[in-house]
Amino acid sequence: MSEEEIREAEERRVDEAIESGDIAIKVRGLKNSFGNQVVHEGLDLDVRKGEILGVVGGSGTGKSVLMRSIIGLQMPDEGEVCVFGESMVGRSDDEALSIRKRWGVLFQGGALFSTLTVAENVEVPIREYYPNIGAELRDEIAAYKIRMTGLPTEAGPKYPSELSGGMKKRAGLARALALDPDLLFLDEPTAGLDPIGAAAFDEMTRKLQQTLGLTVFLITHDLDTLYSICDRVAVLADKKVTAVGTIDELLATDHPWIQEYFNGPRGRAATAAVAREKDKAGQVPSDGRR
Amino acid sequence: MNKVADLAEETRDGETVVRLSGSLAIACLGELPNRLDALQPPLAAIDLTNVDHMDTIGAWTVHRTARRLQAEIICASDDCRRLIDAVGGLDEPVPIRPDHVHPLRRVVGQIGEAVSNSGATLVGLVGFFGATLVACWSVIRHPSRFRINAVVQRFEVVGVSALGIIGLMSFLIGIVIAQQGSVQLRQFGMEMLTINLVGRLTFRELGVLMTAIMVAGRSGSAFAAQLGTMKLTEEVDAMRTIGVSPMEALVLPRTLAVVVMMPLLAFYASIVAIIGGGFLCAVALEIPPITFVQRLREVVPIHDLWVGLIKAPVFGIIIALSGCFQGLQVKANAEEVGLRTTAAVVQAIFLVIVIDAFFAVFFTWVGWN
Repeated sequence: MSEEEIREAEERRVDEAIESGDIAIKVRGLKNSFGNQVVHEGLDLDVRKGEILGVVGGSGTGKSVLMRSIIGLQMPDEGEVCVFGESMVGRSDDEALSIRKRWGVLFQGGALFSTLTVAENVEVPIREYYPNIGAELRDEIAAYKIRMTGLPTEAGPKYPSELSGGMKKRAGLARALALDPDLLFLDEPTAGLDPIGAAAFDEMTRKLQQTLGLTVFLITHDLDTLYSICDRVAVLADKKVTAVGTIDELLATDHPWIQEYFNGPRGRAATAAVAREKDKAGQVPSDGRR
Repeated sequence: MNKVADLAEETRDGETVVRLSGSLAIACLGELPNRLDALQPPLAAIDLTNVDHMDTIGAWTVHRTARRLQAEIICASDDCRRLIDAVGGLDEPVPIRPDHVHPLRRVVGQIGEAVSNSGATLVGLVGFFGATLVACWSVIRHPSRFRINAVVQRFEVVGVSALGIIGLMSFLIGIVIAQQGSVQLRQFGMEMLTINLVGRLTFRELGVLMTAIMVAGRSGSAFAAQLGTMKLTEEVDAMRTIGVSPMEALVLPRTLAVVVMMPLLAFYASIVAIIGGGFLCAVALEIPPITFVQRLREVVPIHDLWVGLIKAPVFGIIIALSGCFQGLQVKANAEEVGLRTTAAVVQAIFLVIVIDAFFAVFFTWVGWN
């Protein structure tokens, strides 16, 4: 088959998947640029329902910009973005509302509203979208969301400025989860956390994803996160998604950046850690290439 | 799949059972939470057979009802059971807001806080003035540490860029004084005294005062915002670590720039205001410019100019110090930068007017009136 045919077959397969409701996010031919600087050109990406997709790429490859184009904060120059089968480009805020309710976003610094307490922050989306939910129930919902993200109960009445970095992220996650979204966007959730805190955050993300059946779009630099919780990894390089697949599949490609990324000293350390874990669990490491 | 949630009560073996149906997701809950709240004990069980989909908020509503009425949850699917167990395990009250304080106590507390804050600010400002003098002295002792480029750049920002707006403002103020003055003085047939009014008022008071207010608004606020942001992004700490004194690198150039620029701007403002006054006199009172200038030289003593020029650098010090001081007080968050910037401008203008009052008394006392 020629490359064209392969591409068409892939298109067809994806279209079928969307019809059957298996694809949560579909991005086609995305182009983003700031002035003369082109960040994305002809970028394609599919996120399947119920998976944790890790997005990696060097600094400045536009990981955050990609996320912002999907959630409608950045107007792409060209291309198509579909979330749950609905096109998001060129939609007015009102029209996008029904989709917006179905996702939660955790920004890099937490982006908590600084004049509200943590609990009030969590209540904002509920108050905004479902005013018919009574105050008492709303307080209770905020309470269990806060506990769900592993925050202590004392964190509820605190203001964001009184929280540590890790607690801010958890509080931001609690707000992102306020409406029980189907789709969760995490922008570098473990950046700036200590290894124990980062591992706990990964663990929690995995657990929440399994319990709530979430689809997670996760931007990260953290190799441990990639190995421990991501189902698939998408690599951003050369202005597009160069490769998507499990880590094993990515290792089989010969793209220099991917090789450098996973086989650099840090990548090897993370691989070794995973292999040790698996040995401990009495399994044979699946990765026999190295 | 998204059917609206509903409930039905029925009696089984003499016990009341509530049967829920539809989708227990936040978008489909509707009035269900309120209806569940209205249920009265005794309730034996909540039947979830007909529930086809659930999210944690639905699970929580079921859980809280079951807890309140001590009812059993039966016939839940595995997914529902998992969610209910998950949220049930998190059942612990979390305070939402900080504890409520009695209004009277709060008001008294706020007044006390405001008083102690003002005191602390005043003490801090005096301390800051001292620190600036120390920095100044150490720069005099080590002239190589003097940041000439930074100072010159501030000259431009504080002085040259302000020329347009200060000129326009002063011109209009000159016109207003002349116009209002002439209306009043005409009643006594002494329109010529308008020239005295414009000349003496602008040189002694208005030129320098309006310039100070404008500089406080333009540069004092900018200083507070710049230093506040630098404090937030830890630039100031980084500077200190490298061994650069923020007082020498940030505060001194700004203070120097304002102190040097203020007399120049004040003089310029006075001249432009007088031109404005002269313009109005020529147009409305038919006093030709040549007469205006001649009369001005007769009635405005030279010490009026000195009064203005002596006050200007003092006002400059106040503006620069309160801007830098407030900026460096920023600690927590972006909101504080805004608050501190406002505080810097308000404090600067207030102190300028207080000091101006002292100057007025002082100059009268030395006989310059």
